[in-house]
Amino acid sequence: MTTATALRSRHLLGIDQLDPSEIDLVMQTASAMKEVALRPIKKVPTLRGRTVINLFFEPSTRTRMSFELAEKRLSADTLGMTTSGSSVVKGETLADTARTLEAMSPDMIVMRHGASGAAHQLAKICRGSIVNAGDGMHEHPTQALLDAFTMLERKGRIAGLTVAIVGDIAHSRVFRSNALLLTRMGATVRACGPATLIPPGLDRLGVTLTTSIDEAIDGADVVMMLRVQYERMHGLFLPSVREYFSLFGLTPARLERAATDVIVMHPGPMNRGVEIDSEVADGPWSVILDQVANGVAVRMAVLYLLAGGETDDGVRS
Amino acid sequence: MGRLFRNVHLVDPAAGRNGTFDLLIDGDRVVRIEPNLPAEGAEVVELPSSFIVTPGLIDIHVHLREPGQEHKETIATGTASAVAGGFTAVACMPNTSPINDHASVTEFIVKRAKDAGLARVYPIGAVSVGSKGQALTEIGDLRSAGCVAISDDGRPIETALLMRRALEYASMFDMPVIDHCEDPSLRGDGVAHEGAAAARLGLRGIPGVAESIMVERDISLAELTGGRFHVAHMSARQSLRAVRDGKARGVRVTTEVTPHHFVLSDDVLTERGDYDTNFKMNPPLREEADRLAMIEGIRDGSIDAIATDHAPHHPDEKALEFDHAPFGIVGLETAVPLCFDRLVHAGVIGLSRLIELLTAGPARALSLPGGTLREGGVADLTILAPDAPVTVRASTFRSKSRNTPFDGWTLKGGVAATVVGGRVVYVNPDVLGRTTL
Repeated sequence: MTTATALRSRHLLGIDQLDPSEIDLVMQTASAMKEVALRPIKKVPTLRGRTVINLFFEPSTRTRMSFELAEKRLSADTLGMTTSGSSVVKGETLADTARTLEAMSPDMIVMRHGASGAAHQLAKICRGSIVNAGDGMHEHPTQALLDAFTMLERKGRIAGLTVAIVGDIAHSRVFRSNALLLTRMGATVRACGPATLIPPGLDRLGVTLTTSIDEAIDGADVVMMLRVQYERMHGLFLPSVREYFSLFGLTPARLERAATDVIVMHPGPMNRGVEIDSEVADGPWSVILDQVANGVAVRMAVLYLLAGGETDDGVRS
Repeated sequence: MGRLFRNVHLVDPAAGRNGTFDLLIDGDRVVRIEPNLPAEGAEVVELPSSFIVTPGLIDIHVHLREPGQEHKETIATGTASAVAGGFTAVACMPNTSPINDHASVTEFIVKRAKDAGLARVYPIGAVSVGSKGQALTEIGDLRSAGCVAISDDGRPIETALLMRRALEYASMFDMPVIDHCEDPSLRGDGVAHEGAAAARLGLRGIPGVAESIMVERDISLAELTGGRFHVAHMSARQSLRAVRDGKARGVRVTTEVTPHHFVLSDDVLTERGDYDTNFKMNPPLREEADRLAMIEGIRDGSIDAIATDHAPHHPDEKALEFDHAPFGIVGLETAVPLCFDRLVHAGVIGLSRLIELLTAGPARALSLPGGTLREGGVADLTILAPDAPVTVRASTFRSKSRNTPFDGWTLKGGVAATVVGGRVVYVNPDVLGRTTL
């Protein structure tokens, strides 16, 4: 595989925009960035003088802080706007918000939004780079990249791994980005969840589908648990927390079916006792806090590479 | 006196005509239709031999947005769009503001249409007051004011009881009940067809059976009551199966399909991947098996009419996120090219069947006048150029709105001119060339 030296796309809207050599480049760059966190002075001048806007239309703690930290460690000038509710509720359309921000000439906008495709809409209006920090039920590409980075760190490879992703498959942007990225990198991905939370047509993503957690984690090298939203428990999707945990909760006993060196991941925030037993979350298998640490490094890598892409702006995208 | 169309290729399926005729019109009437008529002082019009003359096309499903949403469309711009698309008559849905649930609104629409003086407008009245699904409208009064059918389009008729009563009551006037069939609980907050595209793009899905469940219910109720049920914008293969079964049992059910549902499938959403809201409509673009089923229904006669569901929206509204943008696209000015290109030139159906789907079929479904040309009848006719190359240019639409997924498409088959009541209300110089009318 030839290694890319830059990203072709000006934006990171979804995993589809990255070819295998670009994914490799992000991974290598993230390794270098991770080293910055070990220094006494955790800052490099890479993005000095660049403006990054963090635009969060949904509540977020870890993703927003992870991006902010990544930006600050790269010496970017950052400012943030967090607002709950969609742009419609706010009274200003997303398109108008985008035009307003565009008038201030930011170099990059990191956006989380409740509507699938919102980042694509922003990219149609803004000249700067758009980083999708989660759009509705669609994608959360930096989460998948940091998950892959963590797997690489622990397993030394992605190709050939069997990864079980368990939980609310239907509504999860983390699942979609991971399914696309990991299959592209040669892993086998098993998606598992209640039948009410697996939409028809999902098999076209190249994943195998099952409603049995035991089947999903059988021999798996990686088990990734997804957060189950509380509101799903009281709709028509699921009868109760109790039944969900008994059918889909990850317990030490269940983990025995997995590979002996299995690692357990969770994008956070966790619902202990709902999708994951505390003994698993805090146990030797867990790499959940590694994911958080790696998130900063991977986001530094993405921001750095996208900024580097500006040199031949206009040719790309 | 009058105007003699000499040696024209007349395609009028309801009259059994598909060949060369002379057509004499005088004032607003057709005088004679037969070969080799003497001119006798009439102005003689000769058309290129590749052109065809048909009864005026009829679109039984449009939204003219007036009263109340004139920023999207008015009756004047909507009927200008209609005649530019070759349609001499349209039936307009009642989901205006206020809703056409009262004779006074119907009378307003009729008056505005008369003032515009372009296409004929047949209002469709609401089934329930405010289309709220509670109380029946004064259907007899709506009928007297000019309504040709009743519908709560945009919203399904939610309860079986209301649908039953509507069918029974409307049957006194032999009016069809048009239902936007979509089970509200299965639709939920869906914005795209439930399938691979929605799963990939993270969009909430609406399954095809959300439609067919209600089609099946309504067919059962039409069978029970003897009333006339018309399925609006049918899109799901399961619905087609139900309609076929109903027709085979003798139930009075008719149906229409839109060009976008037989031209596009939800694959286009993933191919583009850009969340373009000009591909958001209700019913949503279904999967390929559904699209192929609609084509088969068109071919085998199960589908009675092609209707556009012309749904103009302002660019600011369509510029919202895919989840929040309104459903619908404009269709009047793209229907004819799409039909010729994708049905006739693609070898699905012949010319005569296509014209039936755009004239006699829709006229029969709603018992409208027209749909065929007869001596002594009104001279509503459309001149079509089946082989003309056409490029869709949304910026040149007569409609006030531009929300089409077909902008820039190059298609074969266009409209040359449109004649309503003997008056030439539209000519397309790009297609007509040096021919004068």
